[in-house]
Amino acid sequence: MQDFLDSLIQQGYFSGVPRDVVYAAGMIIAGAIVLLVFILNVAGGSTFIERRLWARIQSRVGPNRVGPQGVLQWLVDGIKLVMKEDIIPTLADRPLFMAAPYVVMMGFVATFVVLPFGSRLVIADMNVGLVYLTAVTGLVVIGILMAGWASNNKWSLIGGIRSAAQIVSYEIPSGLSVFPIVLLTGTLSLQGIIKAQGWAPWDWFLFANPFTFVAFFIFFTSALAEGNRTPFDLPEAESELVAGFVTEYSGVRYLIFFMAEWGNLYVIGAVSTTLFLGGWQIPHLSDNVVLTTVLEFVTFFVKAYFWVLVAMWVRATLPRVRVDQLMTVCWKYLVPISFVNMLGVAAWMLVFPTGNRVVSFLMFLLGVSIVTYFFRRVFFHLRRAHVREHGELRLSPLS
Amino acid sequence: MKQRGYLGNIIDTAKTVFDGMAVTFSHFVRRPFTVQYPDRMDVRVQDTLPFRYRGILEVDLEICTGCLACERACPIDCIIIDAKKDPQTKGMVLTRFDIDMAKCMYCGLCSEPCPTGSIHHTPEFEGADYSLESLIRRFVKDPVVAYKPKKAGEDDPEILEMLDRGLRYVEEFASPEGKKPGDEEEAA
Repeated sequence: MQDFLDSLIQQGYFSGVPRDVVYAAGMIIAGAIVLLVFILNVAGGSTFIERRLWARIQSRVGPNRVGPQGVLQWLVDGIKLVMKEDIIPTLADRPLFMAAPYVVMMGFVATFVVLPFGSRLVIADMNVGLVYLTAVTGLVVIGILMAGWASNNKWSLIGGIRSAAQIVSYEIPSGLSVFPIVLLTGTLSLQGIIKAQGWAPWDWFLFANPFTFVAFFIFFTSALAEGNRTPFDLPEAESELVAGFVTEYSGVRYLIFFMAEWGNLYVIGAVSTTLFLGGWQIPHLSDNVVLTTVLEFVTFFVKAYFWVLVAMWVRATLPRVRVDQLMTVCWKYLVPISFVNMLGVAAWMLVFPTGNRVVSFLMFLLGVSIVTYFFRRVFFHLRRAHVREHGELRLSPLS
Repeated sequence: MKQRGYLGNIIDTAKTVFDGMAVTFSHFVRRPFTVQYPDRMDVRVQDTLPFRYRGILEVDLEICTGCLACERACPIDCIIIDAKKDPQTKGMVLTRFDIDMAKCMYCGLCSEPCPTGSIHHTPEFEGADYSLESLIRRFVKDPVVAYKPKKAGEDDPEILEMLDRGLRYVEEFASPEGKKPGDEEEAA
């Protein structure tokens, strides 16, 4: 970004304008483009894809009336929410209540500053990128607590406090499972971490050694918990808390909360991709800068969105955990295991200072065999359902 | 369930989540069960319903004898028939045959005693409307002469068709021994 602006200044554009003003304007324009073109569409589109995906998993069809196959459903939902009245309860703490959604939104949008889209497509490649990412995500807790407190509603308050406890707890395993990657690369810059990996799966940190393989799953689990996603969506548990901290919200503010939630899903996928799945790395295909950038962007987006789909799929599969189970999973299982992981990676680096390609390849084969076994299980369940529907084993009168 | 240790719990979690995901994925690639009523169907629902389905009432005035059996049978008086004798032809003339579908409870008692099967339920069930008034079905627009069975048998093919359908409808209510619900009362 800065290099691009520097080259423009050298070519004589913006003569007479102070350099810092050009940088600031460039940042604001880039931020606005990212926000409008990318985040809005990804967050909105995810709501539609999520609803269709759940529907298919539950043997339903899902929204399919607005536009071809219902693809415009999310736009219509958004317009409806924008046009609704923005109700603020009389006894609510007005300024806090009004500001809370924007704080949550900020906490999630600010992550896009360091999230890369390609080797050249990044707003700012900070040398403390990972620390920045963890710090900025903490803003979400403040926003949620603000919303819970300011609503002057017991459901909101309990939801907000639960969420704060949950996010603060799960930041520890997610931070600790990022640590092995920092040990391996020696950098906190996200671009630096991606550059340390290769395009081939066995060059990814996911398969670098057994410890990073475990770290990835710990990271993904705790990222789901941090994003208040099922099976850890206790702050919004409908059966207990109405809608948690969003109970009193309506209209645009409600929309902003949910945009942050679904946008956050993409952030989870993008960070996992960056740290463990080789980011935008592609084999060298051509010297054309534009073509390479587009291919890198597509690679990164596909990898990141795959994990968004997995998160949706998990939400359709797993039931919500209890509060004590939530804390047990975090403090008794994820935190100790991630500590062991950290030590394990450190020991591994002592034994193999430059990594071990054979082990990486074996880990890759392990991954492939897990996926293969998974699909065998899927076909097993499909066959069983087929027997139930068409064979003698007729169990359900509805099938 | 037996108590498991620390590692056992972890293995249990991994295994159950893994298999649960496999189950949901197998559902993902199956066909949805949803029937997209009313506009995206291969056949209308009405066409798939059985002959005896009790939908909105219908009267074939051409074969109505004006016997008032249905009006008497109706437990909530939603059928109102005005019939009078024509002094010249000595035949019955129907001047009014109204069924208030808002009151009707679809019990089917009116169609059982009908001698010709003129009043019967249709498979039509979509009765939503904007006012109660429009739910009253008025079958008689101009006074009509009631149907009188001919001794020599029916010869008009149009009415014959209606009669066949009506009698088949009445026959549906007959018990396995061939008795109609009305027959038992006469015997008793």
